[in-house]
Amino acid sequence: MGPPAESSAAPGPRFLTQWFLTQWFLTQWSLAVRAFRFWLTNYGRTWRGSIYSSVASPVLYLGAMGLGLGTLVDQHGTARLGGVSYLAFLAPGLLAATAMQTAMGEATYPVLASVKWLKTYQAAVATPLRPADLLRGHLLFTAMRLLMNCAIFLVVMTAFGAARSLWLLATIPVCLLTGLAFAAPIEAFAITRQKDSSFAMLYRFFLIPLFLFSGTFFPVSQLPGWIRPAAYATPLWHGVELCRSLSLGTPDPGGALVHVTYLAALALAGLLIGQRSYRRRLYV
Amino acid sequence: MQADPGYCLLVPTTEVLIRARNLTKRFGEFTAVDGIGFELHRGEAFGFLGPNGAGKSSTMRMIGCVSPPTSGELSILGMDSVAQGQAIRARLGVVPQEDTLDVELTVRENLLIYGRYFGLPRDLIAERTARLLDFVQLADRAGDQVEPLSGGMKRRLTIARSLINEPEVLLLDEPTTGLDPQARHVVWDRLFRLKQQGVTLVLTTHYMDEAEQLCDRLVVMDAGKIAAAGSPRELIERYSTPEVLELRFHPADHDQAAEKLTSMLATTGLTTTGPADRTEILADRVLLYVPDGDAALAAVRACGVDPLTSLVRRSSLEDVFLRLTGRRLED
Repeated sequence: MGPPAESSAAPGPRFLTQWFLTQWFLTQWSLAVRAFRFWLTNYGRTWRGSIYSSVASPVLYLGAMGLGLGTLVDQHGTARLGGVSYLAFLAPGLLAATAMQTAMGEATYPVLASVKWLKTYQAAVATPLRPADLLRGHLLFTAMRLLMNCAIFLVVMTAFGAARSLWLLATIPVCLLTGLAFAAPIEAFAITRQKDSSFAMLYRFFLIPLFLFSGTFFPVSQLPGWIRPAAYATPLWHGVELCRSLSLGTPDPGGALVHVTYLAALALAGLLIGQRSYRRRLYV
Repeated sequence: MQADPGYCLLVPTTEVLIRARNLTKRFGEFTAVDGIGFELHRGEAFGFLGPNGAGKSSTMRMIGCVSPPTSGELSILGMDSVAQGQAIRARLGVVPQEDTLDVELTVRENLLIYGRYFGLPRDLIAERTARLLDFVQLADRAGDQVEPLSGGMKRRLTIARSLINEPEVLLLDEPTTGLDPQARHVVWDRLFRLKQQGVTLVLTTHYMDEAEQLCDRLVVMDAGKIAAAGSPRELIERYSTPEVLELRFHPADHDQAAEKLTSMLATTGLTTTGPADRTEILADRVLLYVPDGDAALAAVRACGVDPLTSLVRRSSLEDVFLRLTGRRLED
């Protein structure tokens, strides 16, 4: 082809490529939406109970620790907390931990139930849905639950007077990302399990230590120096740091970039590994 | 409802819907399906008959495009089972061996969810749900939770669910295993009606009566291989005698009588009726494969062997299987 034809044809292929990519993306995720709607229908039976616990949990924690314990802490000076009240320090930490807990709850037992106990996953892969669509659909549902629980947490937090800045609203996408950084890798693991005993281990040796030592209740700087790197490596610490800086109205763009990259990398790696482990479990 | 045997021969066409060549499935060292080949035509009811562990379910899962073959060719509806699995599954209906219903949801919701998996619009799903629940006689349970339904009802619901996309081929893995006789007959009746409507049925079973009732053609599978293929009648004609004489003895006399019969056959060949085709000595009875059962019984009695009970019956697929593998189907 000569040069004139080339110049006039140039936008064509690019447009076509874009169009095909868009179509591809929509096709890929439209199947995930079908799986998502299954979870939504399923959730229709239990949503009321889940809302109660989503409200009760932050009320109990912020009441007991934020107000109760917080009064004692505040009497001894809050310089090491960055000069804010213990309640204001604690609330964003708990917010990030809520995202983690929501993600863990969704990514463990419901996954094993679907593949092992109810076998609804086996029913679904007999249709045009592929294992990867099931994973993505469940992650979409997990994302919805994360948004719900974090929004509820923010309302409770505001009611406790712990909201200090409009930046607080930016914690919603942060919680989503933090939650997915847990949900995707844990789903990738959960789908390979035959029994639920490993979930108890996961809670005991992973979730609870993270909950306690990732800067939720006290700054990581209070830990002995040799263990701090471990705390910095946990995804929860990155989530807590992001939530806290936003909540206190002191966002730090450089740090935020590192945190977001770290969490996004975990979520993406979890998605890619999970698609593989879903396929291995469901296409035997 | 009893199957009308003349009817089976009318529907099948010669259009090949599923073709397997040298199809193999291995799990590590274990070979579940060992290089089998078959062709399945539109409109027929095709069965895989064999004992547990024969490779039937593995074959079905490969046809269902949820289990990639280790080697060999498998084309379904003219497409490759691995490369075009998604497009194939859109046109299949699957009734798995174990019910995979969502027992926490209602009957109607189970169909709604499944219809959505196929990307069907809500109106269409609602319309088909009403029709399908009528068809499987569950219309009055539409709003009920699935959990408390009986085994037979769950099976029928699974069948209704598998039909939500109006599949061209329906795969049924042991469709009546675990059901009581009455529930089995209801399922058979529904499957027969589906066949009448032109749906191609592919089923696995270890019940010979199920295979005889439903299948136009079948393959007998054993240890991952196809031992024989044909219509039930052809198989019986090829691998068995017209009649079978079943003799039962007092447990104390069983071994002795069996031995006597065997030696008698070997030496005299039951000369009054022509030689018996062969005998099978089972734990609880002795089977004599003969052209004429009554004559054989008379000959046995004449030789001084006196069975506790005797039964003359026509040969069945069970006998075919016994002949081919030396084992009974349901052991």
